[in-house]
Amino acid sequence: MERMPKWADVVLVPLFSVVLAFLISGVVIWAIGEDPFRAMEVMVKGALGSSYGWGHTLYYATNFVFTGLAVAIAFHAGFFNIGGEGQALLGGLGVALCCLFIPWPHWSMALAGAMVGGALFGAAWAAIPAWLRATRGSHEVITTIMFNFIAASLLIYLLVHQLRPQGSMDPASPRFPVETRLPRLSEMLDAVGIPFATRTPANITLFVAIAACFLVWFIIWRTRLGYEIRSLGKSEKAAVYAGISPVKVTMYAMLISGALAGLMAVNSTMGQTGRLINNAAEGAGFIGIAVALMGRSHPFGVALAALLFGFLYQGGGELSLETSIPRELIIVIQALVILFTGALDNLVRSPLEKGFALMKRRGAG
Amino acid sequence: MDFITIIQILDSTMRLATPLLLACLAGMYSERAGVFDIGLEGKMLASAFLSAAVAAVTLNVWLGLLAGIAASMALSLVHGLASITFRGNQLISGVAINFLAAGATVVVGQTWFGLGGRTPSLLSGGRFEPITLPLADTLRDVPFLGQIWSVLMSGHTLPVYLALLAVPLSWWVLFRTRFGLRLRAVGENPAAVDTAGVSVVQLRFAAVLIAGLLCGIAGAYLATGFGAGFVKDMTAGRGFIALAALIFAKWRPVQALFTCFLFGLLEAIVTRYQNIDLGGVVIPVQVMQALPYVMVVVVLAGFVGKAIPPRAGGMPYVKEH
Repeated sequence: MERMPKWADVVLVPLFSVVLAFLISGVVIWAIGEDPFRAMEVMVKGALGSSYGWGHTLYYATNFVFTGLAVAIAFHAGFFNIGGEGQALLGGLGVALCCLFIPWPHWSMALAGAMVGGALFGAAWAAIPAWLRATRGSHEVITTIMFNFIAASLLIYLLVHQLRPQGSMDPASPRFPVETRLPRLSEMLDAVGIPFATRTPANITLFVAIAACFLVWFIIWRTRLGYEIRSLGKSEKAAVYAGISPVKVTMYAMLISGALAGLMAVNSTMGQTGRLINNAAEGAGFIGIAVALMGRSHPFGVALAALLFGFLYQGGGELSLETSIPRELIIVIQALVILFTGALDNLVRSPLEKGFALMKRRGAG
Repeated sequence: MDFITIIQILDSTMRLATPLLLACLAGMYSERAGVFDIGLEGKMLASAFLSAAVAAVTLNVWLGLLAGIAASMALSLVHGLASITFRGNQLISGVAINFLAAGATVVVGQTWFGLGGRTPSLLSGGRFEPITLPLADTLRDVPFLGQIWSVLMSGHTLPVYLALLAVPLSWWVLFRTRFGLRLRAVGENPAAVDTAGVSVVQLRFAAVLIAGLLCGIAGAYLATGFGAGFVKDMTAGRGFIALAALIFAKWRPVQALFTCFLFGLLEAIVTRYQNIDLGGVVIPVQVMQALPYVMVVVVLAGFVGKAIPPRAGGMPYVKEH
């Protein structure tokens, strides 16, 4: 079959898919009696039109970078980790325990400690499905879905029966000590003389997320482990023939995936809420699926897609305030992005491939 | 615990098991034909919403049921289009369908009714009425068997009995008809079915649409039989429990019945007792809620019997040239 150039595969296919998803969302907005162009305007203004908007957009994007990278690295190994939500919830537990029970002298040490805690707990929650997949062949999609539900029950139990302060009705942990408070983006920019809205949740974890993108890129394309992960994802038989142990590589890939999902909690639980609340992941684990699919599992693509979803989240919030369009419209857009970039890939790809084949033939003749 | 309490718990088990059973059988048709379906949850949710919305406006539960089935089957068509026609990833398509339903039900519901995603409460006419089985009233005072008949078996709504009937019917369709044989074959070895001159695409679409029909009944039951109207996210993970039950039942109808009753029983006990005190040791309610999911992981791990899915499950079929 005629192939299209690599840039078209990497750029055009996801771009067309996202445009399709947005067009249909526009039709949905029109069908419920609102003006899609005004909706877009409200979203752009609300998410990108002010430093207040950016402060929220970047905060959401930070969450989605972590969960997106988590799904992406599992994709590279040929696995579909739907368990990002549960792993992020457990990551929140790890972060909360680190912040509550270790007396940190300074936020920088607390940050390092909480990163270790979040990553370890997230990885631990991915470890059982990973081990079952590697040694018993249990399908990771089903086991990770089940582990999402088990994580939700476990967290509610711990919040209600163990972590909740005496006399509090709210199923949430006590506030973390003030030493663990992470610097907000506004404070950091203020220090260098750039004015930025102060009441915004974006914090230093944003830079951890950017670093994580580079690290994941390095692991996947510049290390032996990354080579093994990609080999396993392409063909298990070939990987085994090349002397790669599928059990070992499956475990590593899924543990890194879980750790990345768990790191999300540093941004949300430590960076924003300052205590562990119920349902702290708020669906970000699932958005990771859309982000990884749209970003073609490449860290750069993941970062761009995360920014887009950060924009959608913040813009969607503004939309529900200013128009009668409910916030849940974002879930519809998310579903359409997953559908078009993930499942209906061939719908966009085959016409494009035919187009390129036609152009090539014309060029040759 | 006296006899009548047990009967009452089993009675609510019947109600709670019904949506699970219908969705579980739905998944069975789809997965037996080689199409993974993790979108059961979304299809049920879409049906629950549209059936409640139509029933609330028309005050006719039958129109509601039809609308619910139509919504669910429309999502089935999307799933079929993505995973059969365009040979996309079936799991990703299922995930997309779940989110599509979760978002669209609230967006449309808010636009139509302005109640924050709820539909108006259904009055009589908009709900399924309980069906009193013959002799139920006369036998009510007969101890044991009479009580079982009149309290446990009688007085449920139509979808409960439909779900129970669907079990032997599904067994017959899958294991005693030509259609069922082909459907199972297409999930094990589609190339062989294709070679025999039977259309893989048609069979898989048929299976996916049957799944839509059953999920549609399940969703309509949740909103118009079990409940009285739609509330946001009202399926509450039942589609995933049904998926769990399907694996637990190893893709077989009769085992599906028992598994769904077991999971329904767990939910009934949780609803009634919250935390359970076993002579000093208190089992928190969250343990009971997580139990079905833990059980499935144990089964999938292969420690208690091995669950082997249909061999061609999850793989799109590409015709050889």
